[in-house]
Amino acid sequence: MTDIQIKRSAEVYDVVIIGSGAGGGMAGYVLANAGVKVLMLEAGPFFDPAKDSLQLKWPYESARRGGNATRPMGDFDAAYGGWDIEGEPYTQKNGTDFKWFRAKMLGGRTNHWGRISLRMGPKDFKARSSYGVGDDWPITYEDIKPYYDKVDRLIGVYGSMEGMENDPDGIFLPPPKPRLNELFIKKAVTGLGIKVIAGRGSILTEKLPGNNERGACFFCGQCNRSCKIYGDFSSSSCLVIPAIKTGNLKVITNAIVREILTGSDGLANGVSYVNKDDMQEYAVKAKTVILAAGTCESARILLNSKSSQHPNGLANSSNVVGKYLHDSTQTGGAAILPQLLDRKRFNEDGVGSLHIYAPWWGDHKKLDFVRGYHLELFGGMMMPGYGGYLGFEGSLVPYLNGYLPGKDGKMKPGGGFGKGLKDDYRRFYGTLAAIGCHGTDIAKEDNYCEIDNSVVDKYGIPVLRFNYKWGPEEIKQAKHMQQTIQESIKAMGGIPLVQPAGPENNYGLDKPGKGIHEVGTVRMGDNAQKSSLNKWGQAHDCRNLFVVDGSVFVQQSEKNPTWTILALSMRTAEFILNQKKRQNI
Amino acid sequence: MNRRDSLKAMGLTVSATLLLDSCKPAADKKTADGLVLDEIGRQKYEVEREKKLLAEKFFDAHEMATITILADLIIPKDEHSGSASDAKVPDFIEFIVKDEPEHALPMRGGLRWLDVKCLNKYNNEFKSCTPQQQLEILGAIAYPMQATPDMVAGVTFFNKMRELTAIGFFTSKMGIEDLGYKGNAPTKWEGVPADVLKQYGLEGV
Repeated sequence: MTDIQIKRSAEVYDVVIIGSGAGGGMAGYVLANAGVKVLMLEAGPFFDPAKDSLQLKWPYESARRGGNATRPMGDFDAAYGGWDIEGEPYTQKNGTDFKWFRAKMLGGRTNHWGRISLRMGPKDFKARSSYGVGDDWPITYEDIKPYYDKVDRLIGVYGSMEGMENDPDGIFLPPPKPRLNELFIKKAVTGLGIKVIAGRGSILTEKLPGNNERGACFFCGQCNRSCKIYGDFSSSSCLVIPAIKTGNLKVITNAIVREILTGSDGLANGVSYVNKDDMQEYAVKAKTVILAAGTCESARILLNSKSSQHPNGLANSSNVVGKYLHDSTQTGGAAILPQLLDRKRFNEDGVGSLHIYAPWWGDHKKLDFVRGYHLELFGGMMMPGYGGYLGFEGSLVPYLNGYLPGKDGKMKPGGGFGKGLKDDYRRFYGTLAAIGCHGTDIAKEDNYCEIDNSVVDKYGIPVLRFNYKWGPEEIKQAKHMQQTIQESIKAMGGIPLVQPAGPENNYGLDKPGKGIHEVGTVRMGDNAQKSSLNKWGQAHDCRNLFVVDGSVFVQQSEKNPTWTILALSMRTAEFILNQKKRQNI
Repeated sequence: MNRRDSLKAMGLTVSATLLLDSCKPAADKKTADGLVLDEIGRQKYEVEREKKLLAEKFFDAHEMATITILADLIIPKDEHSGSASDAKVPDFIEFIVKDEPEHALPMRGGLRWLDVKCLNKYNNEFKSCTPQQQLEILGAIAYPMQATPDMVAGVTFFNKMRELTAIGFFTSKMGIEDLGYKGNAPTKWEGVPADVLKQYGLEGV
């Protein structure tokens, strides 16, 4: 007998879902509620925000005061994982520095995300026809609209009705009012001719009609820690845990998927995985497999699922798996608003998503680039914390206090110590205003992830290697972002905290992956030679394999992808139900 | 008003019940210095790493004494709140240089630089100098734009010491109360209060 065996379970599940984030969670929810027997494999531990969230903890309840030595977005942030995970590396080529954020836990990255919940617009689904760049999706906005509507009703999203053609309204809960700093930003940005509207976020600013499992938001502004009363959307709290309660969905946690197994007929018939708890190898059987491990991990699993029927990896006869990887473009700016020195104190936590934002306003006919970006506008009296107030505006106080007169109206040298400095920290508290710019990256065949056969992770699975370069379109967009930031800060009378960036560093354009909006590696399309999946998310090469995460995107837009992932996954799950009824799969 | 009272005052029903249920004290563990190490919602490796760091010692007694004096000169007691050492800032600095090792060498070397500078100037290590001598040497390293070239190493050290002190102080209970932060408690956010809108002329925005 050997030490390691492959344990094969006899039970055949109707559906095995790989991954429990937005895509996997939604598919599991729809199928389990329809009576389908579902097994979900999750690479990380069980996570229930009601029990595991670190919401309402004070910085002094953390030895590192909320610092980020173990969690890249702070000690209370609800993401287990980060840019680098011990024993699970990835590699780069051609000078690429792609950053890959992974959260290995039930619900994945939806436990900590910014809850910005935007619909893509009619033109976004037809980028080639509308703008002459990228590719058209095989579906239209009208095809997906009913699913956006259903997601709005099922999960809840706040926003304001604006009637903008390419930023479609949803079924909205009331939006939160802006914070004080945000009113200054709104005034300044509006003055530049940019329309500023209420944010759109999946947070229950009021009780969600018909749902008694979730509480309404109590405005602590800590959505990134996940919510103990399920007042915001996480796949764990709103989809997977309710699906488990139907009795039809079973979750196996700490299950790292190696490959999707196929039979001699080329169809998927199961999944093999290693269990992190006992380090044993397992195989489960399935009539249908749904892949939702996250854009890059899903590509990795498909490329590693080689067989005689699928020698180039599964769903990859087109050779497009891993290609067209694209993330949002992003850069940002921040300023101190001197008019807010010594401001009055009140509870200004608000919600943990955007109170205001500016949808893309530009006319590409008048610009030297065609796709847009939006502005995420925020500021206020945030909870102090290492990485919060004192990781940013607080740390700058000894530099800024030399540029503004003191309470006595006199200038003094910057820096210092003692009672005067202590008072300066108080004076500057809550004066920060920030502008984030997040835009469209045009999907390119040359930006991709692929298997690096020379490196394996600690489970013996070959890892991903990234190749990614921003193009001229993205860099021109970033230049425009810089202009917008500088003009906005000037208009609000702010002291900029970030140096304007120029061509030497792509105008401050962040590294690819840093937007954590990566999509596109297992794209949909009508042409099986140029895409992996049909318009239902069904593999062209394998009719009982479906993909429901961000990898299915043909072309993203400046809208954050989660709401579209949810709507597409719901649509695919309903298609699967329909196909099962007709006994097609 | 504590959290429970404010919940009641708001008349929250579903939220309040769910929240109170989920905030019941769990199997938290107190370390020797009173810090509560929460194991709920944290990965095993995080808890183990933290226990290990808390058991280790980086600074020796001389260094800790110097850090304490410096921290209290940076943030002294005043009419609003206590000093940095009242808020246990030196303990935080001891932890954070182990948690984020990039601070360890600059802190150790900087403390030594300061002692040697004082020995040459005042015939005494920093902590044994007179209060006036201590203020004088800090005056030479606490204002980056005015510092002379021979003080640059001291300026670099003091920037870090000042930053860690401020972080430690303003993330303590005492420091957060001093700043006047009012949140981290259930509320109903209804926008900026009317008197504040009026103060800044933002009523129509």
